[in-house]
Amino acid sequence: MIDILIGILEQGFIYGILALGVYITYSILDFPDLSVDGTFPMGAAVAAIMIVNGMNPWLALVVAFAAGSAAGLVTGLIHVKGKVRDLLSGIITMTALYSVNIHIADGKSNLAIFTGETIFNSGIAAMLPEVLQPYRALIISAVLIIICKLVMDWYLNTKSGFLLFAAGDNQQVVTALAEDHGKVKIMGLILANGLVALSGAVLCQHQRFFDVSMGPGSVVLGLAAVIMGMKLFSNFGFVKGTTAAIAGAILYKACYAGAIALGMEAIDMKLITAILFLVVLMFNTGNGKKKGGQPHA
Amino acid sequence: MLKLENICKTFNPGTVNESTLFTNFNLQVKKGEFISVIGSNGSGKTTILNIICGTIPLDSGNILVQGQNINKLKEYQRSKFIGRVFQDPAKGTCPSMTILQNMAMADNKGKPFNLTGGINKKRISFYQEQLSRLKLGLEDKLHVKVGALSGGQRQAMALLMSTMTPLDFLILDEHTAALDPKTSEIIMELTDEIVREKQLTALMVSHNLRHAVEYGNRMIMMHQGGIVLDYDAQKKKQTRVDDILGIFNEISIECGN
Repeated sequence: MIDILIGILEQGFIYGILALGVYITYSILDFPDLSVDGTFPMGAAVAAIMIVNGMNPWLALVVAFAAGSAAGLVTGLIHVKGKVRDLLSGIITMTALYSVNIHIADGKSNLAIFTGETIFNSGIAAMLPEVLQPYRALIISAVLIIICKLVMDWYLNTKSGFLLFAAGDNQQVVTALAEDHGKVKIMGLILANGLVALSGAVLCQHQRFFDVSMGPGSVVLGLAAVIMGMKLFSNFGFVKGTTAAIAGAILYKACYAGAIALGMEAIDMKLITAILFLVVLMFNTGNGKKKGGQPHA
Repeated sequence: MLKLENICKTFNPGTVNESTLFTNFNLQVKKGEFISVIGSNGSGKTTILNIICGTIPLDSGNILVQGQNINKLKEYQRSKFIGRVFQDPAKGTCPSMTILQNMAMADNKGKPFNLTGGINKKRISFYQEQLSRLKLGLEDKLHVKVGALSGGQRQAMALLMSTMTPLDFLILDEHTAALDPKTSEIIMELTDEIVREKQLTALMVSHNLRHAVEYGNRMIMMHQGGIVLDYDAQKKKQTRVDDILGIFNEISIECGN
């Protein structure tokens, strides 16, 4: 039982980073960004290939973040400069990334990390005292999500963060402030997809493999987490959007574990994901979306 | 100050709906002028504001600000020296952000939106002082989301926000039209106060003839893309609403309405 709980938390924390990224695009920018389905496995591919080649697993996280950001930039440029609709811009990037990801993983559609150091078995993780060793994956993922959340909370309270909220809230205000709202959108997409790829890189190190099929469903998972989190916490004004997104991810993973425990098989994964998302949407009466997209001062 | 030279604008060119609004339209605005612009629907009042602000492109002609051609500047670049208040109170503020956050953003216009704190605590008393001028009690609601305010309150904030930093022009696009009569009066008085105090140059489009006659120091009437009447401060003082209404009717009759 405890093991299941720990598993849920680990997964929740890792996917929580993804949820933070989706929170930026969906909730703050009001941008349905489907590039997530491509940037999530992209982070995993980057991490896998770097670790297989014996590189530092922490460096792999940084590179994964950068790669995801670059993909976010592409989506942003397609949308803002190419004047392609938001949904389609994401689909274009997502589709292109499918091939790109396989290229990154040395032409393979899946890549296992048999040997090599990951963030979960080397460095800080190896330095943990003996009693904590069984929980090292939980501890490392908790530390990561806390860092991500704190950095994001800080950023969202800066002038630049305010502008991000304004761009999603009322573009006219951004224009009136003599700023280019297109640039702000691009910036948000860069940040969001960086986080998504980071999440993919952490997951890859946790499960010790990359598979190109990790992609489809990640945007749905992120959206479900954000919408569920917002819905549950929208009545508590003091809960920050970032907290709600992470809580949503944990809850989502709990529901998921529940479905598996009820006897669903691994091949039903995407089916469960879709059904859970549908349930979340149907219970969400439509007021949770914009409500969460508020800065918290 | 502001000079519009030979402005031409045709909508839907090359289609059956083609309509030419401006052919060689000219307008010169001097520093410190507060011009009220009146005219029937479709006379080109709002279009001319949109052309000045860069919301819509012009076909040919020049827009000069202090001798500098600004044709190529994008809308957001022109915002550096132009402030604008729209008819729709929702356009000037961010609804899901608080009053304080909105004020802080407006205060930062023209400066970089970087990674320093979004709210400068030292400025809060200044924001409160500015908000208290509105006499709407907003200074005590700094942490309330702007979306929870009424249209009049939001419009008052939009006016305050657009004039918070130094600017060359204030563009008022029927900014009292969506408000109830009493709020409309309050906003109009506040506008006048701010324009005088900051010695702004302003262009105000209004369908409220009394506002147009009472406020400002120059008045123009537009019709079918041209200026049919241009009163200076002196002439404007001697004009009454009924006179203007008369001219309005005459023009309409000429058109066969």
